[in-house]
Amino acid sequence: MRMLTGQTRPSSGRVEVLGLDVATESKQARARMGVVPQLDNLDTELTVEQNLAMFAVLYRVPRRERHDAIERALDIAMLRQRRDAKVDELSGGMKRRLLIARGLIHSPELVLLDEPTVGLDPQVRQELWSLIDGLRQQGTTVLMSTHYIEEAERLADDVAVVSHGQIVAKGTPGDLRTTHVGTRATEYYGPPTRLKEIEDRARQAGLATRRTGPAITLLRSESAPSALLEELGDGVHRAASLEDVFVLLTGEVLE
Amino acid sequence: MTAQTRQVRRYEWATFEGIWNREWTLFRRYWASTTVSSVVQPIIYLLAFGLGVGTLVSSVGGISYVEFVGTGSVATAVLFASAFPGMFNTYVRRVFQRTYDAILAAPVSVDELATAEGSWIAAKAGVYGTFPLIATFFFGLEPRWTMVFVPFIGFLTGLGFAFFGMWVSAVIKTIDETTYITSVVLTPLFLVAGTFFPVQNLRPALQVAAQFNPLYHCVDLVRGACFGFVWPNDLYHLAVLVVFAIGMWLLAVRKLRVRLVD
Repeated sequence: MRMLTGQTRPSSGRVEVLGLDVATESKQARARMGVVPQLDNLDTELTVEQNLAMFAVLYRVPRRERHDAIERALDIAMLRQRRDAKVDELSGGMKRRLLIARGLIHSPELVLLDEPTVGLDPQVRQELWSLIDGLRQQGTTVLMSTHYIEEAERLADDVAVVSHGQIVAKGTPGDLRTTHVGTRATEYYGPPTRLKEIEDRARQAGLATRRTGPAITLLRSESAPSALLEELGDGVHRAASLEDVFVLLTGEVLE
Repeated sequence: MTAQTRQVRRYEWATFEGIWNREWTLFRRYWASTTVSSVVQPIIYLLAFGLGVGTLVSSVGGISYVEFVGTGSVATAVLFASAFPGMFNTYVRRVFQRTYDAILAAPVSVDELATAEGSWIAAKAGVYGTFPLIATFFFGLEPRWTMVFVPFIGFLTGLGFAFFGMWVSAVIKTIDETTYITSVVLTPLFLVAGTFFPVQNLRPALQVAAQFNPLYHCVDLVRGACFGFVWPNDLYHLAVLVVFAIGMWLLAVRKLRVRLVD
């Protein structure tokens, strides 16, 4: 992410954003990008509105449009009532919304979101999801990194699965599911010995499984022979998810 | 030529406007504490030395001792108002508050950021530098029109020391290391700058050392503005201060670039 804004230099290769070479034209590239970092770096000494005003200037919002841009950003952050509050007085969710609104102050063509919902309550996360979806509807390109696979599944048009710094798969969430894990997954619960048994049986039948905490999930169960399903007994069917793809591709155990 | 026309300038007004606005906002909030700490200390020195030592020494080179110390304290005030914010503010904003990371994600270069921050500190130092002078008026210092140069001399010296502080902030690993800089570098600098006793009376080695002390040149130039410039000596002092400011600016920008862009 920092490489896209020229704040980290690539050890090799070349970075191009919106057709601009970041090595030589990083200022031009940054002017057209909005950045929402993972770590909150709001100016804690300034108020909500002052934070937005400062970045309106830095992002070259023309003087006449600054007022409107700040009001719009306050709406995005849903902080109109708290415009004079100091950043320290805001809750975690408010700060994150302000951080996003700050990155959007100049209506950028490209928005970089680095783990935007990490550590937030489900409710706050939903709010941010609709905010991000709104951007997408307006035609803004959003590049987001996330560990919440559900988030990628709900919001992304294109997903790249990254493991050890390499892209291991790329496509729409639907395509990735179809290609790697099919449409249906079946979860079996039981003691560890039983789970191990199911895992071995599935493997013999050439089907992939993944451990899901106390259960084992049979992937692509829609194409499993009915004899096998019968043998395995009662399982809970569910739709295949992007998380299945992720775990399958990146391995069950994190190194 | 299209690539050429798309080229933005290396230093753009918007970044300075944005950063100075922020400083102004903060200044309006913290002006009382900043001003007290930057002004009271030099004035205490002025009173302690001026009135205390003044009972032993009546005049130095035809100037009353209070006026000698008062005009010299301008440099002390400038030093305190520039080197310390240069070190502490820059370190805190870079490391603890990560403000600089946020600013550099916007279309702002490290060069612009450092120059905007340094020039703001220097401007403040230029203003604070006049306070000991104003205090000295109450001890009989005669106003002279060339004193209008004093804030500009303070600004120039402040630039050098602000960038010095910023350079230090980028060199040190922990903020505690600033105490070394304060005791080993800054304290000797302001004691042997001709503020409290004339450098000319020192042993030759120290006289030579003083030539490398930017603060000495500031002190002499300020006395020039207060009691009459001496040509070409004061031109030489001015040149040294310009070289000091440019040198420190180059060092600060280069080191901060290493620290802020990995």
